[in-house]
Amino acid sequence: MSKVSLRVNGEVRNLELDTRTTLLDALREHLQLTGSKKGCDHGQCGACTVMVEGRRIYSCLTLAVMHEGDAVTTIEGLGQPGNLHPMQAAFVKHDGYQCGYCTPGQICASVAMLEEIKAGVPSHATADLTAPSQLTAEEIRERMSGNICRCGAYSNIVDAITEVAGRPA
Amino acid sequence: MKFDTPATNNPIDQLKIVGKPVDRIDGPRKTTGTAPYAYERHDVAPNQAYGYVLGSGIAKGRVTAMDTAAARAAPGVVAIVTTLDMPRLEKGAMNTAWLFGGPDIQHYHQVIAVVVAETFEQARDATAMIRVSYAREPGRFDLAAEAPNAQLAAADSGEGSGAAHEERTGDFEGAFAQAPVTLDATYTTPDESHAMMEPHSSIAAWEGDKLTVWTSNQMIAWGKRDLAKTLGIPAENVRLDSPYVGGGFGGKLFLRADAVLAALGARAARRPVKLALTRPLVANNTTHRPATIQRVRIGAERDGRITAIAHESTSGDLPDGKPETAVSQTKLLYAGANRLTAMRLAVLDLPEGNAMRAPGEAPGLMVIEIAMDEMAEKLGMDPVEFRIVNDTQVDPEHPQRPFSQRQLIQCLRQGAERFGWSRRNATPGRRREGNWLVGMGVAAGFRNNLVMKSGARVRLDGSGGVTVETDMTDIGTGSYTVIAQTAAEMMGVALEKVTVRLGDSSFPVSAGSGGQWGGNSSTAGVYAACVKLREAVAQRLGFNSAEAEFTDGQVRAGNRSAPLGQAAGADGLVAEDHIEYGDLGERFQQSTFAGHFVEVAVDVATGETRVRRMLAVCAAGRILNPKSARSQVIGAMTMGVGAALMEELAVDKRHGFFVNHDLAGYEVPVHADIPHQEVIFLDEVDPISSPMKAKGVGELGLCGVGAAIANAMYNATGVRLRDYPMTLDKMIDRLPEVA
Repeated sequence: MSKVSLRVNGEVRNLELDTRTTLLDALREHLQLTGSKKGCDHGQCGACTVMVEGRRIYSCLTLAVMHEGDAVTTIEGLGQPGNLHPMQAAFVKHDGYQCGYCTPGQICASVAMLEEIKAGVPSHATADLTAPSQLTAEEIRERMSGNICRCGAYSNIVDAITEVAGRPA
Repeated sequence: MKFDTPATNNPIDQLKIVGKPVDRIDGPRKTTGTAPYAYERHDVAPNQAYGYVLGSGIAKGRVTAMDTAAARAAPGVVAIVTTLDMPRLEKGAMNTAWLFGGPDIQHYHQVIAVVVAETFEQARDATAMIRVSYAREPGRFDLAAEAPNAQLAAADSGEGSGAAHEERTGDFEGAFAQAPVTLDATYTTPDESHAMMEPHSSIAAWEGDKLTVWTSNQMIAWGKRDLAKTLGIPAENVRLDSPYVGGGFGGKLFLRADAVLAALGARAARRPVKLALTRPLVANNTTHRPATIQRVRIGAERDGRITAIAHESTSGDLPDGKPETAVSQTKLLYAGANRLTAMRLAVLDLPEGNAMRAPGEAPGLMVIEIAMDEMAEKLGMDPVEFRIVNDTQVDPEHPQRPFSQRQLIQCLRQGAERFGWSRRNATPGRRREGNWLVGMGVAAGFRNNLVMKSGARVRLDGSGGVTVETDMTDIGTGSYTVIAQTAAEMMGVALEKVTVRLGDSSFPVSAGSGGQWGGNSSTAGVYAACVKLREAVAQRLGFNSAEAEFTDGQVRAGNRSAPLGQAAGADGLVAEDHIEYGDLGERFQQSTFAGHFVEVAVDVATGETRVRRMLAVCAAGRILNPKSARSQVIGAMTMGVGAALMEELAVDKRHGFFVNHDLAGYEVPVHADIPHQEVIFLDEVDPISSPMKAKGVGELGLCGVGAAIANAMYNATGVRLRDYPMTLDKMIDRLPEVA
């Protein structure tokens, strides 16, 4: 057992955890923030995506005790029913989800991914590594490919992200 | 309410709310992570312990001993239940493989133990300490090797497709021998995994002899019945609750080991137990779409009219299993006087084969629609025209039986127009853009429309609010929303005034989610209950129910009017009914149709295939919500891309299991694989189907997609592949020389 202090959605949370506890299970089981989903527990599906210090990570692939003092933003921290984050609202408008199980991960990844493009972080789809990253559908698809949606809402998800990014879908 | 004559005008036809592309009412909860899935119900039962299941390490044989001493002594362990602790549990009516109990192993990753501990980490750790001794037996794992031993077998998929073991119309062999243009080709489709995002999960809690299971299941009434049967307890002592299901695709139609082991673990631990199958267990512990070997023979006149058509399929399953009904659409899709379909079933010792989205038609159309493309080329005909020439408006085996609606020709013509089909070069391999060979493909989509008995309860409150309760499930399909739209339309209230509660076995039994019957059937059940509620309202208000109009929260009859809520009184007003069906399904063939169009680019050097454009034109009755219906179709098209290009459970033929049993090894489409997808719904209402005049679309969107992609790949490259998935290794040595 080990003590760890996380800043989750702006609130300091002190936990005493089995050191084997993943960040995902700390959120879901110990803080009962079940918006982050466990699809594979292997880093293969993206359903557990959260933002740590502003960067998206698979929370199933990292242990909670490795994040002493870190700021963690989960889907619950982005918005709530009645007070949706623009990305959450765009997912509703464009029907960018079906069963809903990958959805929080898709939304967290989307929000962080747009920041990566703004910051000029290149991707496999970036033609010119020295030019500013372009906000194309191809870039969005490439950068979102770590988040599987078995229901196949991809086409709508790209429309939702594109709208939030300020380009016509 | 019995639906036994075609629907006439009814309040749904107002289409004030039904038929509108409203946002899903469950959207705010799903997008904020506040929709609770099975494993997340911290609120429902205090003091939950964690269960972790152990799967068998052999595919066939016996467990001879299990040493659990170290596991029992491990920190935090509360209870361990092993398969040697009890005789084999009785099988549910829908199960082929048994789920637990006894020493015998029927397939790899059959559950042989559950460990219950205070934490997930402790349960996982202790599970790894169990030492298992096996007596391994040889098994049958290779479909191609077992195919010669396969026996003719009839089957109904249970999901709207089926066929006799062998069915003949006219003289197939004679007509085929005489046909001037013929095709005789054999194709294969692989084992596929549902790979839904949420693994099978359950929380079980006992109160005395009463059991409640919060679970993830598509068919609540089946699950309740089969869990009771498996545990040997009365069904009335079991309650299932499954308000949100993180994907199913057929993989959660039936009772699975998660619910059984949660219940057994909870009984042993004397406290609630939650458990989920780990991702690596999903492929081998649960069910999958079985692989097939399919032979198609088509004979036609030179003008393209089919005179002889035969479709035979061989698949495998465990003893007492059933064949994949891959030939069923061929009974109905095209004309032709001389016909033959047959299914053969080999016994395999692989995990249970069972329904996956559009069982039968999905792999059947992947094959027959390549064969149609091959025939069109032999005839020198455009593949769209070849299909149109062979359209039929009646069941070809029973010509007195018409289709209730059949707009396949319109789907194909409109799709061709919209997609720019006329720009397709009929000669393969002629369109080159840089390194890419570009081609277009088409396929017909076909899926039967099944109607199922479905019940609902509706409650009116004093403020004019309406609450619908039914054990229907929403597996991503949009059930919450179309049910709310139906109740709002019927009761004349705004969508916001309707509350929908689903998935609880204490609610009236519904159609459930399967076979693309859920949307039409469950809303028809809500319609029936609302008809009763309208009568009760009119009676309460002293209105003539035949004259009463329900609009804008008011009830009007003649020159009288009253707020709807006034009829509720202090206690509310409740009505319950179900829809059931007469013989319209026998008198008319009810099916849904699509034209699927695809453009692909194939890398001339590597054989890598990229899907560039996809269009589906669908004719599927009234579309209750064009937004959620479109999503069903694009999602299915995406699954079709997976089936065509990447999805295959790789069989280890020595040890008898699916090797690639996780989401890294079993590849499904990701964002980068899917282009913008277009869907068109033709105007159609089908009064034969139900009072909703709707049909299913959730599976239609998958049916034919794989073949459209395969045909586009052929058009791009001139390389004809007949074995799915169409990966680059099957093509690379046959590509044209790189200039």
